[in-house]
Amino acid sequence: MRPLRILLPILLVVGWEVAAALINNPFILPSLTTVIPVLAHPFSTEYTLGSGSLVENAAISLGRVTIGFFMAAIVAIPLGIVMGRSPWLRDFLDSTVELLRPIPPLAWVPLSLAWFKIGMASMAFIIFIGAFFPILLNTIDGVKSIKLTWIEVATTLGARERQVLSKVILPGSLPTIWTGLRVGFGIAWMCVVAAEWMPGTTRGLGYLILYAYNFGQTNVIIAGMVVIGVIGILIDFLFKSIESRWFFWRGLER
Amino acid sequence: MTLIIRDLAKSFATEGKPPVEALASLNLEVLDHEFVSVLGPSGCGKTTLLRIVAGLETATSGTVELDGGAVTRPCPRMAMIFQEYSLYPWRNVLDNIAFGLEVKGEPAAERRKVAAQYLDLVSLADFAYHYPYELSGGMRQRVAVARALAIEPQILLMDEPFGALDAQTRNMLQKELLAIWEKTRKTILFVTHSVDEAVYLSDRIVVLSARPGRVRDVVSIDLPRPRDRTSPGFAAIRRYVLDLIEDAAKGQ
Repeated sequence: MRPLRILLPILLVVGWEVAAALINNPFILPSLTTVIPVLAHPFSTEYTLGSGSLVENAAISLGRVTIGFFMAAIVAIPLGIVMGRSPWLRDFLDSTVELLRPIPPLAWVPLSLAWFKIGMASMAFIIFIGAFFPILLNTIDGVKSIKLTWIEVATTLGARERQVLSKVILPGSLPTIWTGLRVGFGIAWMCVVAAEWMPGTTRGLGYLILYAYNFGQTNVIIAGMVVIGVIGILIDFLFKSIESRWFFWRGLER
Repeated sequence: MTLIIRDLAKSFATEGKPPVEALASLNLEVLDHEFVSVLGPSGCGKTTLLRIVAGLETATSGTVELDGGAVTRPCPRMAMIFQEYSLYPWRNVLDNIAFGLEVKGEPAAERRKVAAQYLDLVSLADFAYHYPYELSGGMRQRVAVARALAIEPQILLMDEPFGALDAQTRNMLQKELLAIWEKTRKTILFVTHSVDEAVYLSDRIVVLSARPGRVRDVVSIDLPRPRDRTSPGFAAIRRYVLDLIEDAAKGQ
């Protein structure tokens, strides 16, 4: 299994080098030997023509995505819990959620600019939209999946309404909410790149790769893409490892 | 601590359909320290009766009284044990048992101590830090019993607690339940569909009629415990109760 897993990446890299040599045009396909130095000096601004180092831009993008993501979580989790608990509210809101959900976050860019002007608020809004729906829908699912017996046991043991919420409904739906957070963060991370293409942006990984394009630095574009991908994988891995540590009981309810 | 059920009736309303009567003018008195089982044809409202007594459902009419006070919501003087899915999978055994004490606001050290005592009572002391998914069905029900006992109720309400277990485990748990009952002197109201189980455990068996359920017969069992399932006396009572239920199912 192991050798097979790394076979294709190796072939791709070899194929890339061969193709780069054949094409012989660094603007279309730069050789690996020009991409690696960019990645090997993540703190240097030498390759990025004054638009900040890779690390600096990554930190800025991460900061933005975190803000939008947390705002989405703060709104979506409580709303999802209330919707999961109240069939009435679900009936009331469901159609609206279903209408808004299929609209791609990027379609909100023009409205976002109109409402929030150029800057942080606009970007946070786009990321918010991207992360919001997966968190909301998973929270509703998680709360709905709470077994009635769990709640009844708690009330017969003397738990009040608030304790049922904090000691049964919340811990019981947390694994599913966590899945929503993981998926939501993944989408938010995709959105940040596009959000950083909005006019007036001067930093961030999304900005960096577009800026590099304007200077014909395809090697910096690819290096930026690699960093975006690696950060995405690392954060997903973080979510997954917390999931298997905290929610080991998931799927084992009896 | 006497439990008095008076003229209890319950009907379930479904939109566009005539309401279904589950219980009708049901009267029952359960005495202190008594072990009473409720039997009846399927769908006769046994579980509904128990849920109303527990305060989980409201009666359409009639009352449930505990020492003269009406029961309309769950109260910690009664604890309910469900058939399954009742343990919290994210809590280990000890914290499951301590749940009732935790919501009461007992400090952590105190509730752990009490929980450990009840864990000992159901002979699971070695499993304090295990999680429910690591336990067999029988062990999980013993934890559920310990958790109910930990809030020190006077009455245990048990809704087919051993119904999902295999026959051997079931017999073992029945024996353990009797031992616990004799040690703790609780009153037990026990719903089951197994005549054998009811005869083995109970002081009295309440046989309900087919829907809407009302008390059709009450059978007192004077056999000394531990009861021998193969004895002629046991068989005779079982035969008698079985006939009652069959008659009830036929609606006679």
